[in-house]
Amino acid sequence: MTEINGRFGAFGGQFIPETLMNAVIELEEAYNKYKDDPEFVAELADLFNNFAGRPSNLYYAKHMTQNLGGAKIYLKREDLNHTGSHKINNVLGQVLLAKKMGKTRIIAETGAGQHGVATATAAALMGLECEVYMGKHDTDRQALNVYRMELLGAKVHSVTSGTMTLKDAVNETFREWTKRIDDTHYVLGSVMGPHPFPLIVRDFQAVISKEIKAQMLEKEGKLPDAVIACVGGGSNAMGAFYNFIEDKAVRLIGCEAAGLGVDTKDTAATMATGSVGIFHGMKSYFCQDEYGQIAPVYSISAGLDYPGIGPEHAYLRDTGRAEYVPVTDDEAVEAFEYLSRIEGIIPAIESAHAISYAMKLAPTMKADQIIVVNVSGRGDKDVAAIARYKGVEIYE
Amino acid sequence: MNNTTAQNYIDNAFSQGKAFIPFITCGDPDLETTEKLVYAMEKAGADLIELGIPFSDPVAEGPVIQEASERALKNGVTTDKIFEMVQKIRENSFVPLAFMTYANPVFTYGLDKFLSRCKENGICCVILPDIPFEEKGEMLDKFQEYGVKMISLIAPTSKDRISKIAAGAEGFVYCVSSLGVTGTRTEITTDIAAMVEGVKEVNALPCAIGFGISSPETAAKMSRVSDGVIVGSAIVKIIGVHGRDCIEPVCNFVRELKDAMAKQ
Repeated sequence: MTEINGRFGAFGGQFIPETLMNAVIELEEAYNKYKDDPEFVAELADLFNNFAGRPSNLYYAKHMTQNLGGAKIYLKREDLNHTGSHKINNVLGQVLLAKKMGKTRIIAETGAGQHGVATATAAALMGLECEVYMGKHDTDRQALNVYRMELLGAKVHSVTSGTMTLKDAVNETFREWTKRIDDTHYVLGSVMGPHPFPLIVRDFQAVISKEIKAQMLEKEGKLPDAVIACVGGGSNAMGAFYNFIEDKAVRLIGCEAAGLGVDTKDTAATMATGSVGIFHGMKSYFCQDEYGQIAPVYSISAGLDYPGIGPEHAYLRDTGRAEYVPVTDDEAVEAFEYLSRIEGIIPAIESAHAISYAMKLAPTMKADQIIVVNVSGRGDKDVAAIARYKGVEIYE
Repeated sequence: MNNTTAQNYIDNAFSQGKAFIPFITCGDPDLETTEKLVYAMEKAGADLIELGIPFSDPVAEGPVIQEASERALKNGVTTDKIFEMVQKIRENSFVPLAFMTYANPVFTYGLDKFLSRCKENGICCVILPDIPFEEKGEMLDKFQEYGVKMISLIAPTSKDRISKIAAGAEGFVYCVSSLGVTGTRTEITTDIAAMVEGVKEVNALPCAIGFGISSPETAAKMSRVSDGVIVGSAIVKIIGVHGRDCIEPVCNFVRELKDAMAKQ
């Protein structure tokens, strides 16, 4: 709705090598052909409901609400999806689309491994060859996820270029795509990259806000006052926001990873510290220096450890429709422990950034107001890292 | 430098037989060596020299140029320092010079500032592999305002796109020889002649072939079907091995390729 010719206002575009242009044009044509095709829609709905376990619950966090005082808090439980996060929504859509396009091989980037595991899962389900690119820094930190992807039949490449993290994994997956295009689809993991990826990923993730809206109307008979989600590239936030964009009374709040703080170099808060640039196929906000060199970013959360943000978020921010706030490592860890104890739900450290902001916001609101927090993933993967953060030496 | 002069530089580069176009990364191993390489390669027969402005995340490059970019950035090279070097070069040489970099270093530096400094220092064209035909509008007006040519690229996958890309091209057309990123290849199987023909049908501009050319034999073969040959990774590899002592081995290599092309 806000996208025109691959742009969200001034943001977006297709800043990629000529070699890939026909591939993204072919993808856009295929997407336009299938997105409203009844058979495709039915197949995807079946995968969502019977494989991924949708719809995900909208859970009233009674203890949190009582403890914080103020707004009523609901949690959208994307952590309960198969593979443990919202990533599966996009992956099932894209892999099904790739299959319709006659592709036999899929490639993907991954940071912590959530998107890689989801992609490997969908590839196993639909019988496609799968290769995942992951920064060496992350393959070392997340050895268990590497094994998990291999268990699912994927080949995992450890990327040793650049900073050896998520942005380098994206670089390497793009490079691999330019080498082999005919039989290969690149399953991009977030609402970023060249058009049509930000649009396709957003549409497949929009099921989150579609469900929230219906569940909210059923439970409360009205829309929420605020929707809160964490943002790295921004796919779970875009999914949680999308169907509320036209409902202007609903505040949309994205929580980015401030790492050690927005006034330090160890941050990944793109909106708070970045500037407009052109990278990874899109015009958007990036953490970079005065010469346009992309900055090495940091966050305790590998899933938010990315120096850019999707172009639709850049647009939502510049038009004032959505707000973006930084949340530090310390605050996220505190929220991680808080939700675990008070509701018996261990959130992904990414999602804990959103929980943290809800903890600040709820007490400032009235009891008849409602906050929905998107719990984008489950925190089992983070337990060892959080233990280490707290000084307990546990290794997976 | 006005519009005509930028085209004059390019015309000169392609006017004495097939053009040989070497690529080097600025500041690898340091800017003094880059400056010396420019003079030495000009003497060895380079017709146009592509100067790479290193970028932190060069998605179109293979490992050789990626590593050169990393070395240069680690050494503290910046776009400002590169412009200062080019200014010095212009006191001594009028060899046609092009910049090769990515959209972000140009955009973030500021288009006006970047292009006015290109114009002042006789940079006749800029190659940005992540600005395809569809996104040229982001920068084209400014390029035209300053009379600097924005080089269009075509690839083996371009197919029916070639005619529209060629129709809007300026300076010369950069023909990407094969799929994948920059770096040496054992052979090039693309029908280059057909790609060049596709360009020539709509535009008489010179066509230069790049990506994967590393031997005198391939350079000669590619020059037969085009107007010039671009060699990057093979030269950058020599610089990587020899560091500051790379001038002589690079020049020997340039001469060898230039000779092989001249014999055609």
